[in-house]
Amino acid sequence: MTTDSAPAFDIAPPEESLGTRVWENLKGGNLGSLPVAVGLTLIVILFAFTAQNFFTAVNFNNIIVQMAGTTMLAFGVVFVLLLGEIDLSIAFLSGIVGVVCAELQKPDSGHFLPGVLPIVAALAIGVLIGAFQGSFVAIIGVPSFVVTLAGLLAWQGFVQRTLGAGGPIIIENRWVNYTASYFFSKNAGWLIWLLLSLAYVGSAVFSVVNKRRHGVAIRYPYFVAAKAIGLPAIAALVVAICNHDRGLPLAGLIIIFFLLFWTYVAKRTTFGRHVYAVGGNAEAARRAGISVPRIRIFVFMISGFMAGVGGIILAGNLRSVGPDQGGGTLLLDAISAAVIGGTSLFGGRGEVRAAVLGSAVIATIANGLFILGYQPGTIFIITGCILLFAVTLDTIARRRQAKTGR
Amino acid sequence: MPLSDETPVLQLRGITKTFGSVEALSDVDLEVRRGEVMALVGDNGAGKSTLIKTISGIHSADSGEILFEGNQVSISGPKDAGRLGIEVVYQDLALCDNLDVVQNMFLGREAHSPVQVLKEPVMEQRTAETLKSLAVTTIRSIRQPVATLSGGQRQSVAVARAVMWNSKLVILDEPTAALGVAQTEQVLALVRRLGEQGLSVILISHNLHDIFAVADRISVLRLGRNAGLYDRRATTQQEVVHAITAGAPTKVSGIPMEAPS
Repeated sequence: MTTDSAPAFDIAPPEESLGTRVWENLKGGNLGSLPVAVGLTLIVILFAFTAQNFFTAVNFNNIIVQMAGTTMLAFGVVFVLLLGEIDLSIAFLSGIVGVVCAELQKPDSGHFLPGVLPIVAALAIGVLIGAFQGSFVAIIGVPSFVVTLAGLLAWQGFVQRTLGAGGPIIIENRWVNYTASYFFSKNAGWLIWLLLSLAYVGSAVFSVVNKRRHGVAIRYPYFVAAKAIGLPAIAALVVAICNHDRGLPLAGLIIIFFLLFWTYVAKRTTFGRHVYAVGGNAEAARRAGISVPRIRIFVFMISGFMAGVGGIILAGNLRSVGPDQGGGTLLLDAISAAVIGGTSLFGGRGEVRAAVLGSAVIATIANGLFILGYQPGTIFIITGCILLFAVTLDTIARRRQAKTGR
Repeated sequence: MPLSDETPVLQLRGITKTFGSVEALSDVDLEVRRGEVMALVGDNGAGKSTLIKTISGIHSADSGEILFEGNQVSISGPKDAGRLGIEVVYQDLALCDNLDVVQNMFLGREAHSPVQVLKEPVMEQRTAETLKSLAVTTIRSIRQPVATLSGGQRQSVAVARAVMWNSKLVILDEPTAALGVAQTEQVLALVRRLGEQGLSVILISHNLHDIFAVADRISVLRLGRNAGLYDRRATTQQEVVHAITAGAPTKVSGIPMEAPS
């Protein structure tokens, strides 16, 4: 285990390879993104051989645009689940933001706002509603399930009341519609790839230099190097596929932007650290001097904001908002995505990328089964089975973790 | 070595605390010297927890005074206690299982840049140094989640976290209650090292074997009152047990005790 000549805690012992570490993590119940990554690969391979026109550049872009709205909501769900809470209001909250945005861009309405202003104003309302709901949870201590269930009913009613008489509102604001329909030119796509790749490799190099300066061991240097080369390579493949069709969709860039942004917030800031702490052991966090109510309210604001972003993309996708805005399976898809992606329902464990991976699984299954001619009923049944499987996996993982802990 | 003529780190005088009609503490005195391990013992309901909550600022006393390094202080919250250099390691540890050792050591006090970006290498370096200085060497990687550690290792992390912040007085609430024999030994060795490094320790325990292994002095509470103060080298377990269970409440802790040569 340890030798007395060298203190064994500051460096991973040389005999422990990355493989051993991964295996120990799995044994310890820390599954991470592995199951969903494997699952997604299998699903893609399955459909590639069975569904015609599935494995094409056009369909690749279609899936990205189809999953973008759900993914935005799922980002918020990941943060809420990390706290060990739940937010059932997000789907109709996204509906409200969509409706408010649509109202504000109506040219003849008297409250017309130009350019991106309707989007900004509508998102602000999403954040406010999130803060309002979060306050009930954080300050008064009402269970989040009930607060957001009330929100689900109330915001649904609000959407129906606003649109019930007048019917759908057509969206003419090009910025809203761009979120789902703009494709970058081929050169712009490669430029974006270049900038993001340089930023990624640059930050990886900076991190290594910084660790050296503090005399901190660099764990698994080959893994770090493989990631610094591998991720840009995968991104290049994605851009190449997109360019084979209409080009890189703006919706895809929005997904990448929020993926990077929220991952940074979760992993590299004190706020993110405190979210994990509150989700892991709220009492320990409180005793460590963390303001637990403040963290909870912020997380519900993030949830409201991301629901709003999703609402804008979904509105842009249809170029209109109707009375059923935010309805259907949106809520369940968003929560399922976060859970399928590997976020624990018990709080404190999960990654932001779970939102993207889980949404990709759900969107790919829906897309592939639709191409094969299955009815929505079948799609629901299969998605349900995958969700049950994911939660079971999480529960077993948690039990194992409790076992290895003592 | 631990008994010196210096001003005691902590002096409590005549602490009284009532909850409704229940008098949890009545005119309690306690004194902890520099580099001393002071054991606080007593049966359930003797007032040990209430007393440490008073010291750590969770309750405020109804009457009585607290002197820290000779100065009268009022402690109205855990933050005040932390500022003075008083850290409490609670019985239920207060670690986050899902976070790794470094993250737990710095929980709530992370090193960060002005825009709240974490400085991981700084925290990792400092954690390694602290654990090394306490000779906590059984933890294989300080980047492994606390959930994967043994009970003794977890307790070591909790104690190391308490001493990392230039603390002068560390209060340990039942640190060995849930541990096996080997792990208990590991934690007791750590407690001994704290005293050797000049820190003062208040050790709360039910286990007299543990107390006689590490404590310099033993203070007994019974029904919310002082029921005896003993020098470990001049007493027996039997005498302490008698004070815990049947000893007449007497006010003795104000009288300095001399160690026999």
